[in-house]
Amino acid sequence: MDSAFIIEKSVVIVTVFAITMIMAMYSTYAERKVAAFLQDRIGPNRAGKFGLLQPLADGLKLFSKEEFFPNTPNRFLFIVGPAIAMSTALMTSAVIPWGDRLHIFGRDVILQATDIDVSLLYIFGVVSVGVYGIMIGGWASNNKFSLMGAVRAASQMVSYEIAMGLSMIALLMMTGTLSLKEISLQQSGMDWNVFYQPVSFLIFLICAFAELNRTPFDLAECESELIGGYHTEYSSMKMGFYLFAEYANMFISSAILSVLFFGGYNYPGMQWMVDNVGVNVANILGIFALFIKICGFIFFIMWVRWTIPRFRYDQLMNLGWRILIPLSIVNIIITGICILAFK
Amino acid sequence: MSTAIQNISLSGRKKEVSHKEMTFWERLYLVAIVKGLIITIKHLFRKKVTVQYPEQVREFSPVYRGQHMLKRDEQGRENCTACGLCALSCPAEAITMKAAERKKGEEHLYREEKYAEIYEINMLRCIFCGLCEEACPKDAVYLTLSKELVPASYDREDFIFGKDKLVMPLEMAMKNAQLNNAN
Repeated sequence: MDSAFIIEKSVVIVTVFAITMIMAMYSTYAERKVAAFLQDRIGPNRAGKFGLLQPLADGLKLFSKEEFFPNTPNRFLFIVGPAIAMSTALMTSAVIPWGDRLHIFGRDVILQATDIDVSLLYIFGVVSVGVYGIMIGGWASNNKFSLMGAVRAASQMVSYEIAMGLSMIALLMMTGTLSLKEISLQQSGMDWNVFYQPVSFLIFLICAFAELNRTPFDLAECESELIGGYHTEYSSMKMGFYLFAEYANMFISSAILSVLFFGGYNYPGMQWMVDNVGVNVANILGIFALFIKICGFIFFIMWVRWTIPRFRYDQLMNLGWRILIPLSIVNIIITGICILAFK
Repeated sequence: MSTAIQNISLSGRKKEVSHKEMTFWERLYLVAIVKGLIITIKHLFRKKVTVQYPEQVREFSPVYRGQHMLKRDEQGRENCTACGLCALSCPAEAITMKAAERKKGEEHLYREEKYAEIYEINMLRCIFCGLCEEACPKDAVYLTLSKELVPASYDREDFIFGKDKLVMPLEMAMKNAQLNNAN
């Protein structure tokens, strides 16, 4: 392994990390702006031009808040909880192909931190660990509301992971690979998976909402019943980590949705650009295309948040177990029949 | 022809409520969600209702009762003669005053021979009912003229407003006089 390779990968990793952080930061700003605009308000506009410094002000506030510990025997777990939530949120960004390749200094730089051939399984694994952050935090808070929030989050995530996995199987039967890079390459042109697997996309989208613990599935932190849910007892930057992890997760989920179903970095006419303009220009445009798709999904997630009220818990479980899971199984069968018939 | 009592709708807005089972598509909630999304996206482009307060101040209604003002007449003389009727009528007992006699050479300051040397309103006691305004025989105290709210403060003493804060500014009196002459 040569040093150039290590430098190249370090640069990619640091860039991806930084971009994830910045996107998560500005998602909080975007959330407040979108919320305001959907409610006929203006939103934050005092800190900096158009309130663009608002995330910094929020961060500063969270850092300078008092670090409060509840009277809990699990002080260590209390600290570990937000750490797990944050690190799992950031870990998934490793396998996402941000672009195809750039040609710099005579080297082909792959725009992906790592291309493991089980990327999709890796994502599922890491996301399932993410629930431990909430569980541990809720448990260690030594507070019944926190615990109830955590239990709700856990059961909800476990239920929706099944439907999510099943919806993925239909997609995998079509692509025949788990590598996100391969999946992106297969969708070049306008050959996006969403046109072949709309039901799979829909189920995945709904499950992504549930995995993110966002409205309409934010029962883990519903203020009206559980105060703040699992992060009731948290304050200062530990609280900030939980909130930040949610937005980082949102960014990563949007990225995964774009890569799996909306062609990733592919845009119409990309091959023509590679042939006629150059690899670098074409791929930088590809990165922009991916980011536009991601921002679209982030906006959609926020848009849904300010549209739909929270589901009741039995409705949530009904939707997960009695509608989404049968639907995804039917989807798998139909996909199988189509593959048999047409290939 | 007689109508059953439960079918009569006096407001004309009576709606029959049904409790039928939802169909499979309804249970997916998708149609309803898309309808909701369309409604909210329309609001994205609506005119915003926010009033950006310190820069942009919402107009008071003409009858809004805010901070009191002791009126001057058209020559800039104070109307108040310290009769004490406002203090008497005040249900919150917020007003105190001390009368004094006008001296020679002060005719341009006070309209009548007697005037209020001290006139204080405790804004923490005041309930802004406007009874002082109604009681005043000399057209002196008004709550609708200043178009101001009593500002917030950390100190209780700051809420006892003396004549320095209550009497109408001279420029305003002059301006009123000019307006009246023009009419």
